[in-house]
Amino acid sequence: MSKSPTLRVVVVATLFVALFLAGVALRANVIEYVQRIVLLAGINIILAVGLNLINGTTGQFSLGHAGFMAIGAYAAAYVGVLLGPLVEGWCGPGLLADGLTLNLALVVGAFFSACAGLLIGIPSLRLRGDYLAVVTLGFGEIIRIVFTNAEFLGSATGYFGDEPAGLREYTSFFWVYVWALLVVVGLYNLTFSQMGRSLVAIREDEIAAEAIATPTTRLKVQAFVISAATAGIAGGLFAHMQAGIRPEDFRFEKSIDMLVMVIIGGLGSISGAVLGGIFVAVTLELMRDLAQYRLVIYALLLVVIMIVRPRGLLGTRELFDTWKKKSGPSQGSRA
Amino acid sequence: MSQFLQQLINGLSLGSIYALIALGYTMVYGVLRLINFAHGEVFMVGAYAGYYAAWLLGVERFEAAGQGFPLYLALLVLAVAMGAAALLGVLVEALAYRPVRSAPRLTPLITAIGVSLLLQNVALLVFSPNPRRYPAILTEVRFEFAGVIVTNVKLTIFVLASLLMVGLHLLIQKTSWGRGARATSANLDAAELMGIDTGQVIRWTFATGSALAAAGGILFGLDQITINPQMGVLTGIKAFVAAVLGGIGNIPGAMLGGILIGLAEQFTAGYLSPDYRDAITFLILIAVLLVKPQGLLGVVRTEKV
Amino acid sequence: MRPLRRALPYGAVLLGAWALGACKPSAEELANATGDIVVGHYASMTGSTAHFGQDTDKAARLAVDEINAEGGVRGRKLRLVTLDDRGDSAEAANAVNRLIDVEHAVALLGEVASSLSLAGGRIAQRRRVPMVSSASTNPKVTHVGDYVFRVCFLDPFQGRVMAVFAKKHLGLSSVAILRDVRNDYSIGLSDAFRKSFVELGGTIAVEQSYAQGDTDFSAQLTAIRASSARAIFVPGYYSEVATIARTAQRLGLTLPLLGGDGWDAPDLFKIAGDALEGSFFSNHFAPDMASERAQRFVAEFTKRYGQAPTGLGALGYDGVLVIADALRRTKTVEPKALRDALAATREVDGVTGKITIDADRNPTKSAVVLRVTSGHAKYETTIAP
Repeated sequence: MSKSPTLRVVVVATLFVALFLAGVALRANVIEYVQRIVLLAGINIILAVGLNLINGTTGQFSLGHAGFMAIGAYAAAYVGVLLGPLVEGWCGPGLLADGLTLNLALVVGAFFSACAGLLIGIPSLRLRGDYLAVVTLGFGEIIRIVFTNAEFLGSATGYFGDEPAGLREYTSFFWVYVWALLVVVGLYNLTFSQMGRSLVAIREDEIAAEAIATPTTRLKVQAFVISAATAGIAGGLFAHMQAGIRPEDFRFEKSIDMLVMVIIGGLGSISGAVLGGIFVAVTLELMRDLAQYRLVIYALLLVVIMIVRPRGLLGTRELFDTWKKKSGPSQGSRA
Repeated sequence: MSQFLQQLINGLSLGSIYALIALGYTMVYGVLRLINFAHGEVFMVGAYAGYYAAWLLGVERFEAAGQGFPLYLALLVLAVAMGAAALLGVLVEALAYRPVRSAPRLTPLITAIGVSLLLQNVALLVFSPNPRRYPAILTEVRFEFAGVIVTNVKLTIFVLASLLMVGLHLLIQKTSWGRGARATSANLDAAELMGIDTGQVIRWTFATGSALAAAGGILFGLDQITINPQMGVLTGIKAFVAAVLGGIGNIPGAMLGGILIGLAEQFTAGYLSPDYRDAITFLILIAVLLVKPQGLLGVVRTEKV
Repeated sequence: MRPLRRALPYGAVLLGAWALGACKPSAEELANATGDIVVGHYASMTGSTAHFGQDTDKAARLAVDEINAEGGVRGRKLRLVTLDDRGDSAEAANAVNRLIDVEHAVALLGEVASSLSLAGGRIAQRRRVPMVSSASTNPKVTHVGDYVFRVCFLDPFQGRVMAVFAKKHLGLSSVAILRDVRNDYSIGLSDAFRKSFVELGGTIAVEQSYAQGDTDFSAQLTAIRASSARAIFVPGYYSEVATIARTAQRLGLTLPLLGGDGWDAPDLFKIAGDALEGSFFSNHFAPDMASERAQRFVAEFTKRYGQAPTGLGALGYDGVLVIADALRRTKTVEPKALRDALAATREVDGVTGKITIDADRNPTKSAVVLRVTSGHAKYETTIAP
């Protein structure tokens, strides 16, 4: 990305306009059923790329991202209901107010998820990765129990906002993919920065990384917090797409779905995670009639991929590595 | 007071079951440094194996006639379930874990999660998600002392779990297989160099741990009245936390941890709120990891490069 | 990863083709439809509450077939399209969209679980397709909007039924509550029960809770045993209720249990054995005291599926009857007209009673109370609103 600043602004502006036009075109021409799946795919991309930072790049293991997603979703939903009328009071109803409310809500959601990530990361990331798996799994369960018992958030019925306005559907194609783009580009840059290389070093050999003065615990916690925040953003987008969330929507199965996205794509590959996210969104819908076999198929996929290709389908490679005809930085570090 | 004693007894019997399952986690972790996520599902399959064995042996006829199920048949049910689970454990090890044993650490962990999901969802298809009443392979007898009710089921759980744990202890301390297992647990590569057939040791570790889990499964079914294909998930995690609490890789630690988790859960449910009975387990886990990561009876093991 | 990369373009083409097939149909195409009239049904056909969706679907299919055998609706046959939502609200919303966009359903038969009817109902309301929920008892469901209806009574009513029954018929003054916090139905019922029972002069001795999927209830029941309660109100689903009954028996607790329509399942007695003898629960209809209409339904259902229908099944059947009745009274299958017809539903002769939809789009119905006697649920009394 060694282009001139002006060019960069032009590229970004063009992208935004293109996304906006694509959103308008989608709304006008495609049935709502497919529109929703496209939105879900975008949310999955954010989830998968975020989880990949922990499970792929850093070689740690979270089984509780459904919990972070839940925190982001509930916080964003609550803030959205609170701020919606206020923002509309300032700048009148319309796309601007909707976008402003949504993004404020998302930022708050991401903040709460990040805090939860910090709280969980500090005790468990001092230890080996497999403890993190169990702690995060337990954390996801606790979060669900807490929301189930939280009366002001609708307990088991779920949070739909208060009548009459309630939780509104602010999430649109444009905002989902703006955030997906932000997360993908942001985490891509992070992965190929100095911090990213240190994270890869932790994955490959934690003790060796520590020996060359890498602050492993601090880096792991940082990565974990960032990953939790992205799950929170995805949760917020989900809440405002669904216009209603229930504790049961963030079951352990959701974490497994995310894990499948990352592993299908390849542990450590961002483009792989993007593909994995889309794959899961589409196959979930195509396999609706085979619902009872879905988790059997996912489980088999996990086991077989681990035995045949332990790094996931794409491995740590990026999809465009070969198109650029030069090896990406992550390849050098692979054993 | 009677309420306290009642909760104590319920907690002890629940804890004994956790202890039996925790042994499997701790033994496998001892030799392979792997959290065998599928262990909770082996426990579930063990319970179902017992269910079907009892059914084949005609438990319904005895129930309909109002007679007790003969003890020798009950023991046969236990043996069948333990055998079936041991077989499953060995199969899982051979088909899923052995191919990834030398892979990076995360790979076996993901494999284990995959196997756990696979067994659970196949069970959902085969056994259906509806809970089933566990057959009365033990006719229930109630005793009442000063308002505290003890059933023979609870007593059996406690006695049988203790017997099995003592048996395991003898097996590990007194037999040559036990010596091999202890050596493998200390250092797998060195044990191999010393001429120990570590593959054999690992197989037997899985078999023993799985058999104990199956015993736990039958006791669980008797104690909790119904079984369902998802019973292994939370129970398995709680048993794992019990193993960590006692000191992972440490066998007496697993027993102690199991009892403590059972008591903690029951008292939380009885005196604080049943809503947080599952949460308490995870809070204990986080507290242990923060304060004493090696567990109550574990020793600090420095990781070698 | 060469094969994968080679497969990518093909994958993209496939996806593109799928997206093209997803283009919006013109209004003309829809207006000229003359084939079957599609009624969409979204339900949990898999997952832990699968038997609710399956019971409802079986009965709804029976209703559709019976209507078609009598010549359908104004010469057109009804067709029921069922989609599984796996008990997940995002999936429920997807299913509703698919029923509207792909299957071109003119009306929807809604979920059993209230939270899923809320999720699906919002989509139905926004897209202006009328939806009739069969068994979602939470009051919020029909608050979603004027396109959402239901054919069952509401939680507050059912909770009050058991409170009245406990106080007036059984003469109890002190009752314990054991509710399922993971189940909004259970929470709604216990809230209503508590309010009514206290208003009638009773006291709630102790309140305990559990979470759906729990198997150990000894801590809660031990606490209840130490209280002065003369009965336990357990408004949960059958599997936990049955285990609770057995655990209570084991703890020497001989109090009768009181419950709601969530008890109604054949497996209840298989698990509970004789532990529920002398307990009571409210339901939508009683097979042994039913009208001729209901008797016929029970006979047909049993003949076809080899098992007796549950209350949920009866409601699914009635849901289809109400939709068909509204369709008969409209000239077009246009959503607005159909909605108005549904809102004007009067005295439809359903299995669970005569159904009249009120201004809040809820039916006015009475509830029956059943007593468990020797492994069967027998009619005890009827309590009117």
